[in-house]
Amino acid sequence: MSAPVKSAGFDRHMRRKLVNYIFVGLTTLATLVAVAGLVMILGSLMKNGLGGLGLHIFTMDQPAAGTEGGLKNAILGSLVLCAMGMIGAVVVGILAGTWLAEYGEGNKLASAVRFLNDVLLSAPSILVGLFIYEILVAPFGGFSAIAGAAALACLAAPVVTRTTEDILRLQANHLREAGMALGAGKGYVIRAIIWRASRTGLVTGALLGFARISGETAPLLFTALGNAFTSWDLTQPIGALPKVIYDFANSPYDDLRQLAWVGALLISFTVLSANIIGRALARGSNK
Amino acid sequence: MAEAHLAPAGETAPRMDNSRGVSRAGRNDAIFHGLCFSAAMVLLATLAGLLISLLIGGWPALSHFGLGFFTSSVWDPVADEYGAAGPIVGTLITAFMAMVMAVPLAIGIAVFLVEFCPRAIAHWVAVAVELLAGIPSIVYGMWGLFVLAPWFAENVQMPLLMTLDPESFWGKLFYGIPNGANIFTASLILALMVLPYIASVFRELLLSVPTHVREAAYGMGCTPFEVVSSIMIPYVRRGAIGAVMLGLGRALGETMAVTFIIGNSHEFPTSLFASGSTIASTIANEFAEATGMHSAALVALGLVLFVITFVVLAAARLLIGREKH
Repeated sequence: MSAPVKSAGFDRHMRRKLVNYIFVGLTTLATLVAVAGLVMILGSLMKNGLGGLGLHIFTMDQPAAGTEGGLKNAILGSLVLCAMGMIGAVVVGILAGTWLAEYGEGNKLASAVRFLNDVLLSAPSILVGLFIYEILVAPFGGFSAIAGAAALACLAAPVVTRTTEDILRLQANHLREAGMALGAGKGYVIRAIIWRASRTGLVTGALLGFARISGETAPLLFTALGNAFTSWDLTQPIGALPKVIYDFANSPYDDLRQLAWVGALLISFTVLSANIIGRALARGSNK
Repeated sequence: MAEAHLAPAGETAPRMDNSRGVSRAGRNDAIFHGLCFSAAMVLLATLAGLLISLLIGGWPALSHFGLGFFTSSVWDPVADEYGAAGPIVGTLITAFMAMVMAVPLAIGIAVFLVEFCPRAIAHWVAVAVELLAGIPSIVYGMWGLFVLAPWFAENVQMPLLMTLDPESFWGKLFYGIPNGANIFTASLILALMVLPYIASVFRELLLSVPTHVREAAYGMGCTPFEVVSSIMIPYVRRGAIGAVMLGLGRALGETMAVTFIIGNSHEFPTSLFASGSTIASTIANEFAEATGMHSAALVALGLVLFVITFVVLAAARLLIGREKH
């Protein structure tokens, strides 16, 4: 570069450096905003929820305003709903994921299932609630725990399917070949070798599915409905933690709102733990 | 069914001959394959059933109100008259505003994590951002209602109400009951909720840019800003649009958080700080108590939401593609 333009080039160099610094600053700021959002939400949960935490939360049913009570009916209800939902989702999800990974190679139908499953993965959960209402609640004349669990299963199954397929595809083909060389059929190889080798990954899928549904409220509003008392009858409405949080948070009473915060703290803690454990397992097994 | 699994997978693996189904192992194999296949079909049936049940349930409202269902904003359960323009417009506006806020932030986060973040903390920052996706929708809603809305009313809405001339353009734009429950705060919460989804896809996309392409750009003396803006982002353009669509799909269908904070009115939102409603929030609020035409109108709303999100999500999946296995 010749001498006369040197100063212009120097200016341009400074300007480029400046733009770059601003850019680095902005991206850092964006990250800080997101992290601050997480910290603020977790902070409010701690601040408003920790104070109300106590043994009575787990031993007493939900109260009417002005009386003492806990969240026992809602916690047990959520456990029942999630357990039943997860059983359905794990069975369907693992089998469907296996079909996609092991039998679906170069198959048009499998591509379609894979694609639609990915769409189902992010479909609005409230629509799943409407769907289950139309097929399980309206025809059978009532809200029930079974309907709630079915709605949750519809939401978790795509997550389990996707994770299962991904994890099975990671298994080396020589495992399959070795099994078959010993004379085992394809199904036996999958069950005895591939599934076993993918154990951790399958658990991860289930955990992520659980994380997806345990905080869901929308699909339960008109399927499980909610129940102010502890119920073990699966054909009757059943309480659910997110639903109680929703009702109590919208109530004008301070004591109920306090319980809503406690519930929100419990549920966030559960979902975030499931997420963290699931991710940690996935990292461990993908090494 | 027993025949279907016999098609060779085209793999190199030697296969047992199960064609006669004579051996017990062969029969078990067929049953197992059948089970796996049925499970996959259950997923298809779920999506098909979702569409069909919404069509059947919503048909009475659609046939009764016709096109008026989409153009009228009169939502009156007492007179049994339903026009869905309010919630439909509310859904589109909140989702759009959420994307306007979330996309630049998501790009910033992804670029920061891939290019600038110190190695030692990159993993933890990424986890923190992804945990935002793990917080349940209802908790976002509560936080919005009890923390964000009061703060917003006191520190943003009140000062603006005091200083702006209500007849001016800005006065009209920012007009609203100062309680913090409006379409703007709803969009703000939505933006925070979809942020991790977009950022995480975007980050994976940026990581997929071949090292030699980046290094060639650095080798020519580009600054990191120039490498990102003229090499990396154009390289992942297609997937990036997909990531935005994925976030949009989420924002359109998000229910509980929005229901808490949008103010739930069926009017057309006339200003940035006006209360409104979305399709999902309307269904969540009213469906449990609805009967007859009201219920059909809500299911028809659900059908509209289904069609919109399906198109958006399908486009997202096509654009992002699947990572190569």
